[in-house]
Amino acid sequence: MWTRLAHPGHFLRWTAPLMPWLAGLSGALLAFGLYLTWFTVPPDYQQGETVRIMYIHVPAAWLGVFFYGAMAVSALGTLVWRHPLADVAQRAAAPIGAAFTLICLVTGSLWGKPMWGTYWVWDARLTSMLVLFLIYCGIIALWRTIEDPNRAARAIAILTLVGAVNLPIIKFSVNWWSTLHQPASIMRMGGSSIDPSMLYPLLEMILAFTLLGITLHLNAMRTEILRRRVRALTIREAERLDTGLPLGAVQGL
Amino acid sequence: MPLGPLDLGPHAGFILGAYAFTALVIAGLIGHAVRDRRAQTRALAALQDSSRPASQPPAERRA
Repeated sequence: MWTRLAHPGHFLRWTAPLMPWLAGLSGALLAFGLYLTWFTVPPDYQQGETVRIMYIHVPAAWLGVFFYGAMAVSALGTLVWRHPLADVAQRAAAPIGAAFTLICLVTGSLWGKPMWGTYWVWDARLTSMLVLFLIYCGIIALWRTIEDPNRAARAIAILTLVGAVNLPIIKFSVNWWSTLHQPASIMRMGGSSIDPSMLYPLLEMILAFTLLGITLHLNAMRTEILRRRVRALTIREAERLDTGLPLGAVQGL
Repeated sequence: MPLGPLDLGPHAGFILGAYAFTALVIAGLIGHAVRDRRAQTRALAALQDSSRPASQPPAERRA
């Protein structure tokens, strides 16, 4: 059943009716999350109003790591099963993951200046997130360098799996080293250390960002399938033109 | 800086800057997704139109 659903043609068909619903739900959850963040969350006793930055910083950080994890799983799908949709999923995820990692870095920096007195420190958590962003940029650049998507897929899958070593470093950096970045406060032994009045809006924003990310990813996968069809048809058309068959010109491409 | 019932205090610029940057990046992602999808759909439609004669048998095409 999974093999059938993951066939590119079937994938386009079963995701088409889902897209407007996912987009609408993402927008509604995001609007509700922003309402909670701006009108119900109390100021923090230490951070004051600056705590509101956390409601975009934490979800963005989560998505930066989540999409890289998804890319690592897709890389396995490309290398082990050579499934075409795995490569499509990996390629579609990279720019989205990079964008959310950039949001995480910039919003963290804007929070750091008033709270720590500096925009940046070479702390283990901050540096490992910067490395994640650079890996994303490297992967996107490599994809643009290698023209044949099949050749690019294998090289990038290997690079993605090597880069996945960074994920546990990001997660545990605050435990392994003495860092300025605070330790885990949502997922930790003994439960969250955040007050429910702040925790539930944060979880709502994480859910909203996740759904938005998934919607963007599914849309990007659908577009990537179309792009590959365009490429295949263009090559076929060019070959026909080379053989001199009287066919329509490939105008507009 | 007061924002409705909120007074964002002395760090309002950092808070609003963070939200503005996030909004800009997400709007860029959505805008790029829409433009890219339209471009690929148009390109695919143009190619399918131009290669339609290929569906006919070769003998018929040469006739």
